[in-house]
Amino acid sequence: MIELKNISKIYKTKNGEITAVKDVNLSIHQGEIFGIIGYSGAGKSTMIRLLNGLEKPTTGTVNVNGQEISSISGNKLRQARQKISMIFQHFNLLWSRTVADNIAFPLEIAGVPKSEREQRVKELIDLVGLSGRDLAYPSQLSGGQKQRVGIARALANNPEVLLCDEATSALDPETTDSILELLLDINKRLGLTIVLITHEMHVIRKICHRVAVMEAGQVVESGEVLQVFQNPQAAITKNFVMQVSGAKESKESIEQILVNYPTGKIVKVTFVGNNTEQPIMSQLIKQFNVDVNIVHGNISQTTSGPYGTLIVQIDGEQENVQQALNLLTSLDIQTEVIEHA
Amino acid sequence: MLNQLFPNVDWQDMWQATYDTLYMTAISTVATFVLGLLIGIILFLTSPHQIWANKIANFITSSVVNIFRSIPFIVLIILLIPFTKFLLGTIRGVDAALPALIIGAAPFYARMVLIALREIDKGVIEAARSMGAKTSTIIWKVLIPESMPALLSGITVTAVTLVGYTAMAGIIGAGGLGNLAFIDGFQRSREDVTLMATIIILIIVFIIQFIGDFITARTDKR
Repeated sequence: MIELKNISKIYKTKNGEITAVKDVNLSIHQGEIFGIIGYSGAGKSTMIRLLNGLEKPTTGTVNVNGQEISSISGNKLRQARQKISMIFQHFNLLWSRTVADNIAFPLEIAGVPKSEREQRVKELIDLVGLSGRDLAYPSQLSGGQKQRVGIARALANNPEVLLCDEATSALDPETTDSILELLLDINKRLGLTIVLITHEMHVIRKICHRVAVMEAGQVVESGEVLQVFQNPQAAITKNFVMQVSGAKESKESIEQILVNYPTGKIVKVTFVGNNTEQPIMSQLIKQFNVDVNIVHGNISQTTSGPYGTLIVQIDGEQENVQQALNLLTSLDIQTEVIEHA
Repeated sequence: MLNQLFPNVDWQDMWQATYDTLYMTAISTVATFVLGLLIGIILFLTSPHQIWANKIANFITSSVVNIFRSIPFIVLIILLIPFTKFLLGTIRGVDAALPALIIGAAPFYARMVLIALREIDKGVIEAARSMGAKTSTIIWKVLIPESMPALLSGITVTAVTLVGYTAMAGIIGAGGLGNLAFIDGFQRSREDVTLMATIIILIIVFIIQFIGDFITARTDKR
């Protein structure tokens, strides 16, 4: 569906060259929600703009739905863009137009006749849950409502790909969730391929099927979301995973526990899929006569199943503790013993 | 009562002069709006990082604007005499004032247009491009409507300036209230004529400002 081959993007400035994207190879499948995560300046904004030709790669090719976006221009590129729509962090609505007229804008660009336009706008307003707000101006809407208009506008020409440029970064957590649910719903209902960029792991966790992690213009890690969560490789990825597992805050409490309970082992247990639903801890306590002290716990839902981390102190006879650890490993649960710092 | 306060005012002449001033102001404002908008859009689109980014075109347009903006209006009128004569065959009358008025005000307004266009959120232009909009669509459906309140308040200021310019043009024979105040009022020492002409000019300016503010507020949906 989307194929990036050997992409590099170099900007020439007065102070020399800046490499925004470096040697990136990616392929994104039809109908999936693909997330690109990175801190600001990682090159993800440039990446997403390569997909609709707002930026041209210095080297490499971008292929979207059979069209080589990196080499077409003029009318051909404009035609292609009508099928690759985009939503933005700051919504970018025309304040001089009503909700209905904003949604009609891409239809006007595509030359859709007026009566058909009105019909389509009505459907889209209903789809994004803004019925009755047709004649409101953007200034009268909340952030979440503005993004809904942005989404309706992006869907107007029945695109094949939807690009989301930090689409929820300007929204509060609750509104973020409702917008993410809308995107997930659209993805399922219309089979639309969605590519999103974000700096929030929460967004990746909640709706993405696959993820690529970017740092300094390069993709340092990519794969199925659950797999990346379970077994992050790069340091930056571990950092992002900590964002959602909440393990960052628990660091201090681990230090405290290590001081307070110098005996036993502090263990970080990562559950994925069905394991999260089994009473493993109580099994440990009963079977091996050990004490289990919960330091931190967290379970998150991803699109392909639940994912949880638990940090516990296992205390008791040294032999029993070791047996308990062996059981965890044999159950195919990822365990990591945290040593005294 | 009015006749006692303004004994020397010939009301017929005063109305004719008022009509001439309004005529010159109206025509030159409309023409300035169109020409200034055109130049302002060229200035904007050729500036760095814009759709037609072009250093040379931007430099030339910008220089022309700056040169015409720097020439004092009264000097501009004189410099344009041969041009006006070539264009209209005469340098007297209300129509003869129009070229100087438009050429004097359009560069001034073009600068205001540029400021107005720069205020538009870059993201909105990017959004239009991402939808596959042509440059002409971006101009007509994004740039102009999105900057309309600033364009209108700018043309209001320009129209008020133009009223002042018509008075100056009047002094060299274009007619209108400035001409009347100078020839009939100042040169014949009839202060009441000068005063009446001034009052009417003030009223015209107030009305222009009022209408301008009203329309600007109506178009601003931010």
